Amino acid sequence: MSEAVHEHHEYDVLIIGAGGAGLRAAIEAKQRGLKVGIVTKSLLGKAHTVMAEGGMAASMGNVYPEDNWMVHFRDTMRGGKYLNNYRMAELHAKEAPDRVYELEQWGALFDRTKDGKILQRDFGGHRYARLAHVGDRTGLELIRTLQQKVVSMGTDVFMELKVVKLLHDGEGRIAGCVGYWRATGEFVTFQARTVILATGGAGKSWKFTSNSWEGTGDGHAMALWAGARLIDMEAVQFHPTGMVWPLSVRGLLVTEGVRGDGGVLRNSLGERFMFNYVADMFRAETADSEEEADKWYDDHSAGRRPPELLPRDEVARAINSEVKAGRGSPHGGVFLDIATRRTPEFIRRRLPSMYHQFMELAGVDITREAMEIGPTCHYIMGGVQVDADSQETVVPGLFAAGEVGGGMHGANRLGGNSLSDLIVFGRRAGIGAAEYIEAGQAATTFEQAEVDAAIDDALAPFTRSDGENPYSVHHDLQEMMQADVGIIRNAGELEEARVKLLELTERVKHISVKGGRAYNPGWNLATDLPAMITVSTCVTIGATLRKESRGGHTREDFPNPDPELAKINFAQSTDGGNWDSPVTVVESPILVMPAELKALLEEAK
Amino acid sequence: MGEVTLRVWRGDASGGDFESYTLEQNEGEVVLDVIHRIQATAAPDLACRWNCKAGKCGSCSAEINGKPRLMCMTRMDTLPEGPVTVTPMKTFPIIRDLVTDVSFNFVQAAKVPALMPPPMPVGGYRMFQEDVERGQEFRKCIECFMCQDVCHVIRDHEDNKAHYAGPRFFIRYAELEMHPLDQNDRRDLIREDMGLGYCNITKCCTEVCPEHIKITDNAIIPLKERIVDAHYDPVAWLGRKIRRKTKTSAADAAIQPAP
Repeated sequence: MSEAVHEHHEYDVLIIGAGGAGLRAAIEAKQRGLKVGIVTKSLLGKAHTVMAEGGMAASMGNVYPEDNWMVHFRDTMRGGKYLNNYRMAELHAKEAPDRVYELEQWGALFDRTKDGKILQRDFGGHRYARLAHVGDRTGLELIRTLQQKVVSMGTDVFMELKVVKLLHDGEGRIAGCVGYWRATGEFVTFQARTVILATGGAGKSWKFTSNSWEGTGDGHAMALWAGARLIDMEAVQFHPTGMVWPLSVRGLLVTEGVRGDGGVLRNSLGERFMFNYVADMFRAETADSEEEADKWYDDHSAGRRPPELLPRDEVARAINSEVKAGRGSPHGGVFLDIATRRTPEFIRRRLPSMYHQFMELAGVDITREAMEIGPTCHYIMGGVQVDADSQETVVPGLFAAGEVGGGMHGANRLGGNSLSDLIVFGRRAGIGAAEYIEAGQAATTFEQAEVDAAIDDALAPFTRSDGENPYSVHHDLQEMMQADVGIIRNAGELEEARVKLLELTERVKHISVKGGRAYNPGWNLATDLPAMITVSTCVTIGATLRKESRGGHTREDFPNPDPELAKINFAQSTDGGNWDSPVTVVESPILVMPAELKALLEEAK
Repeated sequence: MGEVTLRVWRGDASGGDFESYTLEQNEGEVVLDVIHRIQATAAPDLACRWNCKAGKCGSCSAEINGKPRLMCMTRMDTLPEGPVTVTPMKTFPIIRDLVTDVSFNFVQAAKVPALMPPPMPVGGYRMFQEDVERGQEFRKCIECFMCQDVCHVIRDHEDNKAHYAGPRFFIRYAELEMHPLDQNDRRDLIREDMGLGYCNITKCCTEVCPEHIKITDNAIIPLKERIVDAHYDPVAWLGRKIRRKTKTSAADAAIQPAP
């Protein structure tokens, strides 16, 4: 007999996650007169969005008037190595400018051009300077703006409440969720006509990651368990520039804005090695000498782009190769140098957070010395398969937006396309949920048995007295994923990962936790682990099946892209039994692009 | 390397005490790293709040050797030799161990009247860098709430919380009042309900701000001047009554017409 739940709430739209996508969805649903609740496992304003640095991509054309949505669409598709859901890339490119302007009405203060427009900055893979930004703290500006808007609208926010399971009605429609307050450990049920997942990413399964503790893939896993499909899970982005020293901050993000603003990558010999790693696909638009590249920063018509600004997958692989070839920095990275290229005043004004981060955590003055950097697990392109226009999943009443959604970024995301993704598809999920409710087919009750089972599962670690510490399991998971399912993969290591994941699954079932339920991080981690193992398993399965190299997914044993595999996404699902129920995979054909969009890609080649 | 000892306050609303943990020292570690290693070994239930571990989210505020600091940005090797004391923020009620109930701040946030801009012209608003920079300084705030923690108006006088917004929200009000697009008027509210007058500019808040925002000089003092001017200047008072004009000068309302 499960314990009784004493707290219950009812909403039209329940949003899980309070980052950019969740908050933007809440604003939209609220503006449509619906009763909206937001649940977050942290405090409001602390979501991972806050860590985004460089900016949000939108083809406003404030710096280069020749920019427009068609160029942005093309850049996104090329960056994603054509694995993208073209319709999402199209909607994103078309709608991002309006979403950015809208933020100014709600109080955002972006950096300005000389004539008072929103300033835009260069980033990898974007043909024109396209990222609206505030120094190197754009994510903070985005989340604060949306948070303040949500609060001013009087929205209910449940802070530090961890959702463990989605609930259905008798007909399989989404009907709410169950979770617990971290402060007390008491359970809460939510009855909801629609649920929007906006839970972000899953990077906390890797050892070196830019993700905060929250990135445990809760939404990915809960969607899978609830009957939705996950696509492209093998597509994980390793950001080229994470800190490598001191060890305690290894993986911490160093914004791509450093390179956008003139920073270059060098190996231990002092060479700008990126010139040696320009793939054929990008050769025509990339500079072939340092002189040409350096002219480009001031005037994009005076030279072609520096190779340091290739898409992230290309740069991360290049760094990996340099380190492997023995040309790395003392702590196993390479050098990112802006000190010799820009004045200290410029660096402090454009990159204030980076300046402080290195000064305070590494004792490095980036206006005088080069930074040591290396790839760090940053983002998962894979996610819940959704309808591009409404963000609805195959489970009626369940929507997903932001990083937890799949398809928008294909096999590799361009920098700056994440913040714009959040606001474009957060809004669309809000509309999608409203229209679903309007259609009148929403669930009205949930199955109590699902609540009872979820609570029993969550409390199980307290019933075991001599099981394993959750921290040990998490530690071993991170070590294993880093070693076996990292930036470069092969069949042998992936097979080894599959075996180890089965062992880790068993270990999760034997975890025991000490202490009580009130704000107990050990227990909280124990309830995160099923999601982390589930997502890690899906990544490993996807990586095993995709026998090619494409975007963020690189196979040592299949180093080239396979045109046949460009036609499909691997879609994973389960029968919804237990959290460790076996995953089945189908080949889901990629949407066929209309001729006029295809022409945009052709003509730009 | 040697060893480090952390004396961590452990307990809940009903009381508690210090517990000492001695661990090997690792190069370059911050206080939060040591806390994490304690959680992973001796005390998996040690409660502490954290998210980004990069000084960007403001979750891991605590008092280290008696001073409000972000645990993720305080390197162990910058602290004096000997045991390091870590206690929860004093101004807020204890939930457990290092975690406090900071809901006071979210209550205050809900009281802030939103930005009220004019309709957006085609092609977006025009604002100039020098005009947005004043607000941008305040928008660097990561809501660590250490300025609130150190502010003696509420740190030492619990009953003041009912009518005092605190430094974090004074910079928020200053930001809105200095916003080039804003047409809202919050001056009576700030004076009468937010307790700006209680602040006697001791600058404790400015000293602890991890973002180095000049809270006192750039927000609180200008806000005080602005409110005093509005309240005691009969011409401004009359003008306000008649037209509800909120900005007192052209520079104040620095929205530029689109060329």
